Amino acid sequence: MARHLGILALQGDFAKHAAMLKQLDVAYSLIKKPSDLAPCDGLIIPGGESTTMTILMHKYELYPAVTEFAQNYPVMGTCAGMIMVANQVDDERVDPLHLINIKVLRNAYGRQIDSFTTMIELPFLDDPSPFQAVFIRAPQIETTGEGVMILLHWQDQPIMVRNETVLALAFHPELTRDPRIHRYFLENF
Amino acid sequence: MEKGTYEVKVGLAEMLKGGVIMDVTTPDQAKIAEDAGAAAVMALERIPADIRVAGGVARMSDPAIIQKIQEAVSIPVMAKCRIGHFVEAQILQEMGIDFIDESEVLTPADEAHHIDKHPFKVPFVCGCRNLGEALRRIGEGAAMIRTKGEAGTGNVVEAVRHMRAVMGEIRKLTTMDDAELMAEAKHLGAPYELVKQTAKLGKLPVPNFAAGGVATPADAALMMQLGAEAVFVGSGIFKSEDPKPRAVAIVQAVTHYQDPEVLLRVSTNLGKPMVGINLDTLSDEERLAHRGW
Repeated sequence: MARHLGILALQGDFAKHAAMLKQLDVAYSLIKKPSDLAPCDGLIIPGGESTTMTILMHKYELYPAVTEFAQNYPVMGTCAGMIMVANQVDDERVDPLHLINIKVLRNAYGRQIDSFTTMIELPFLDDPSPFQAVFIRAPQIETTGEGVMILLHWQDQPIMVRNETVLALAFHPELTRDPRIHRYFLENF
Repeated sequence: MEKGTYEVKVGLAEMLKGGVIMDVTTPDQAKIAEDAGAAAVMALERIPADIRVAGGVARMSDPAIIQKIQEAVSIPVMAKCRIGHFVEAQILQEMGIDFIDESEVLTPADEAHHIDKHPFKVPFVCGCRNLGEALRRIGEGAAMIRTKGEAGTGNVVEAVRHMRAVMGEIRKLTTMDDAELMAEAKHLGAPYELVKQTAKLGKLPVPNFAAGGVATPADAALMMQLGAEAVFVGSGIFKSEDPKPRAVAIVQAVTHYQDPEVLLRVSTNLGKPMVGINLDTLSDEERLAHRGW
């Protein structure tokens, strides 16, 4: 059956994820309220500010809605989205969704001046050729717990992890034109 | 590994989309902004409404003030330098500011040139009144464009004028062939390659935000419906009667800008907005939007 993804669209670069799904010819809805999730069979939580997302998710009752949705459907989180799906965050201003057993550190690489891009091979794909990973004021995965598989490392740090239903990345595949990571999520979750 | 690339600069601008960037002058205000859901703050010694009242030369804020705000919040911190004042920009970069606003709100330091923004590792946002001005700034390396509006007035009319000018001119470009685009580039005073790119995309090549006179949730949603991808609120929050609920309301209005039910709810019982200035009462010299070339 054709997929129909939701993209959490409270704040952040949700339009970039939408452009990527368009490129892959996948239907999507922008999610601003719980009822927007109705047609969806998967969810992307984009980059942006996790403090802003926390406040707006509380205001629009998205915590119970997304938690319930995630019991039945897969979720992918990039950067701030990875913070939102984590079990634990080092910052009490953010309330994560506890969907994957990782502990993350916000802004762990420093300020914008330390944001960077780097080319990384994707060994979990048939086509592992280098992918441009864009890190913007990026979080780090400090620890991973049971049930978590590390898909990618960079400088000894896990930067892409998964469990049965959740894919979490410290970087932004949506800021490239390379759809391989989005396709991986669509085909494997 | 590469730092300070164009992708990384525009990347941060992408992360701020759908958000509100609030002017703050103290760590306490910065925390109120963050708790209200601001996507970033603009650290200032004085907000534009007070710069207007104070008169004289308005310069980059004292780094000590900016630094205290950096320490108070986890969201990105922006700061303003004067148009053409690349040394103020070097100082802001050195202190690890996340985004520099080369701003007409401060007194220009150069009456012919803007900063060459390409050599900097930190991204810049610049104001514009029309498409030509926007594309000249992008040509100089700006990673984000905002309307100038008329800062510190609480009057959204100029921001509307500037956003309509930019969006209307872009719509016009999308109907032109390559020969017409060259003539239009000459007319706009904008680099041909950027004119062509804009015509192809049907939007600016970098994020396009609104600023200058936004005072209410309805103002913010108006700018979003006109095509803005995020909103700066300067004096509108901390010059109002009760900043906290107004800040929370404007954040919600930007997220739900197409939902009148939400806009009605968040517009209700907010207390008095900032006292606005009717633009007819401002002389040409008092209009900040005329600064920049």
